Amino acid sequence: MKERKDDFSARRKHLANLSDAQLHDHFWSLVNRIVQPLVEEARTHTSPSIERSVLLRMGFSSLETKPLVNRMLEKGVLGRGAGNLVLKLAQKKGISVREAGLGLIDGEYWEELGQ
Amino acid sequence: MKPLKPDEKIDVLAIVKDLDRYRPKRRGWTWRSPVESQQAGPFTLQDTSENLKHSVPLPSAHYFGDIDPQCDVVVTTEIASGRFEDDIRRMRMAAWHGADHLMVIRTAGQSHFDGLIEGTPEGVGGIPISRKQVRASRKALDLIEEEVGRPINFHSYVSGVAGPEIAVMFSEEGVNGAHQDPQYNVLYRNINMHRSFVDAAEAKTVMADAGILQIDGAHNANATAKEAWKVMPELLVQHAVNCAFSRAAGMPREYIALSTVPPTAPPAPKLWLDLPYAIALRDLFSGYKFRAQQNTRYMEADMAEATITHVLDTLISRMTSADIQSTITPDEGRNVPWHYNNILGVNTARQTLMGLDGWSQMVDLKQEGHLPETVRELKERAVLFLEEIVENGGYFAAVAQGQFVDSGCFPERNNDGIARDPGGGVSADSIIEREPDYGAPVCGHFGANQYAGKACDAYGGCTLCDPSKIVYIDELDETDNVHNRLEKPLADQAAGRIRPEVEWAGDGIVCVTLFVPEEPRVAEAAALEMARKMGLTEPEVISRRLIHPAEGSLFEVKGVFAQAVDKSKLVIAEEEELLADSEIEAFVRPRKIHVVAATVGEDEHSVGMREIIDIKHGGLEKYAFRCHYLGTSVPVSKVLDAVQETGAKAALISTIISHNDIHRINMRRLHDLAVERGMREGLILIAGGTQVNDAMAVDCGMDAGFGRGTKGQHVASFIAVKMMEKDDDPGV
Repeated sequence: MKERKDDFSARRKHLANLSDAQLHDHFWSLVNRIVQPLVEEARTHTSPSIERSVLLRMGFSSLETKPLVNRMLEKGVLGRGAGNLVLKLAQKKGISVREAGLGLIDGEYWEELGQ
Repeated sequence: MKPLKPDEKIDVLAIVKDLDRYRPKRRGWTWRSPVESQQAGPFTLQDTSENLKHSVPLPSAHYFGDIDPQCDVVVTTEIASGRFEDDIRRMRMAAWHGADHLMVIRTAGQSHFDGLIEGTPEGVGGIPISRKQVRASRKALDLIEEEVGRPINFHSYVSGVAGPEIAVMFSEEGVNGAHQDPQYNVLYRNINMHRSFVDAAEAKTVMADAGILQIDGAHNANATAKEAWKVMPELLVQHAVNCAFSRAAGMPREYIALSTVPPTAPPAPKLWLDLPYAIALRDLFSGYKFRAQQNTRYMEADMAEATITHVLDTLISRMTSADIQSTITPDEGRNVPWHYNNILGVNTARQTLMGLDGWSQMVDLKQEGHLPETVRELKERAVLFLEEIVENGGYFAAVAQGQFVDSGCFPERNNDGIARDPGGGVSADSIIEREPDYGAPVCGHFGANQYAGKACDAYGGCTLCDPSKIVYIDELDETDNVHNRLEKPLADQAAGRIRPEVEWAGDGIVCVTLFVPEEPRVAEAAALEMARKMGLTEPEVISRRLIHPAEGSLFEVKGVFAQAVDKSKLVIAEEEELLADSEIEAFVRPRKIHVVAATVGEDEHSVGMREIIDIKHGGLEKYAFRCHYLGTSVPVSKVLDAVQETGAKAALISTIISHNDIHRINMRRLHDLAVERGMREGLILIAGGTQVNDAMAVDCGMDAGFGRGTKGQHVASFIAVKMMEKDDDPGV
């Protein structure tokens, strides 16, 4: 930001008459306003690390989550959720979640994924 | 694994054995249990918690019955050896000194590692945080907390580009506390800001689910800014952004701790600047927890200077509030912390906190003048900072314009802030919009999700519900692993080879302190040469302090002592065996044994001798010795006169002053005079004093010498044993 001399006494005029409680409320309402779009972006987006963390929770190792997520990213299907894709595949094939994931790592089932 | 024994080393090989099946005893954060008006020896204490089963008390505790009261706040130490097998030993030592929040620093570069690290590779300035290292450390801490008798919180970092995965691994492995703050990624690690916040929401949700206490990253602005006290308004903003974002991710207030550092150090007017800031923070963030950190910004090589600043930091904690008192090792300004300096840092906090016990019941802060006026000003400056973020178009836009970490005290701006491109940084363009049918069938998930409720029931439970599903990876690197690293220290241990150490087992590093009476440059060269002549390799000056430009300087020189000492060849003094109180008294009482005692020479110290003889201190009188105390500054001839008058069997002299070896001279004089008068045979001569030890006293003609820490029982037992050697009949 451009250099600026300390203009606190001029800039604070609209705050001068606020009570401490009002100042606190103003502080937190500004913070919540600033954070709101960040929360919304997080709510509606995912990332490779989030998807790997989902697969970890579904019983895959870190060595397995990486190729799975990378491949889903390449195929443009990660926006549906890695764990969701693996679970749906397992349910469709009547196999376990681990069998579905390991099969995908071995190059199987990709044509059926997310159908 | 078997419980630890206080007199046995922790077995690191046993810790790493069968790790694939190990599960932590508990999850989530634990606070101390406060005890109101707790009795400790002669004192009633106001601000303490439950005592430990095993501990090392503060150095002065032996004057007060070896009490070891524990303050009411959690105490942190940061562990950073780079090898977890050495971290474990350091943690055990720290726990014995009262630390119950052990924060493991991770290796340089891990925040840019896109995924989990596995195995036990060695790190730089910390360890690579992997499942095996975390599990082994938690397993060791599960044993250590049993040993000391208090839950220990294990802590590391959930930031960088793999935050969600690390959070899941921490939840699975029973990690209790973690740093998590997306602003740290953005400002200090140049990780893409969209990625950082999207990942942070998931990581925070996982942490909340696991009861992991979160510590934020705002203190880094202190450490980065040139004039750290000028970023105070911004610090309030950074704390607030992380708090509000964490709350939105489902984290309860009581699991969110603000990492706060008093920004300055003397000769800056520390309390004048730092206290209003500490109060403003606690006003605005009521209901949140406070992790009070000590200052690192201005510390360099001088450990005493760092310690004094840290005492003042801890004073500010007590004057305001703290839930966790974190500690900085006093050597952090000059090297990767050495393990015994972790202990010094912990002791700085606990000694200060015990000294301030009851403070809040005696002192109120002023409600008018500089303090409340500055508190208000800081809050207003923070509000103005927030208003400008909104005017600039929101958080990302404000960061892009360099609004953060500017050295001006807002609204002053110096155009030197850290500016980041919202479309740039590590892992840019890596977030993906969730499709309408997006799903994540696991617990602890944040955001849009087609699965509701307990989605993992569909496949029998996720790892957070069924830990048996966790896939454990042992090692990926055949050479860089704990088993190879342990070969040398374990071989040393088996062969009885002992080496000094500061960081890693048997690293051989020692530190010598030298005052060199020359001008600084000559003195430094001389100090290094002296270290070489002592046989130290790789000598390096790690602290230099000018005492006078011409008269000399003080240096601390570290170097490697490359040899080992053979344990089997050591001459070890036998442990003194004392007679039981009842045995001493049974011998002394019927014999009516007289002793004469005096402080000799020109010496007015009387306290030490009185403690040895007075009944109220458990001294000789307690055993029925008939004591004749002659007072202070008594000539040795008068001592022998009194022996003759009373028929005393023993003469005790106290000699505290040691200037020009006067203590030795007085001992020799007493012995020589006793010989001269034909009294030496059958008379027990004993000397005591802070600079006296047994070998020295015997060398000066005494029968025994007693130094610091001596109690009446030691002297009573010695006299009784000595008399028993030739006496078989009370002769009553």
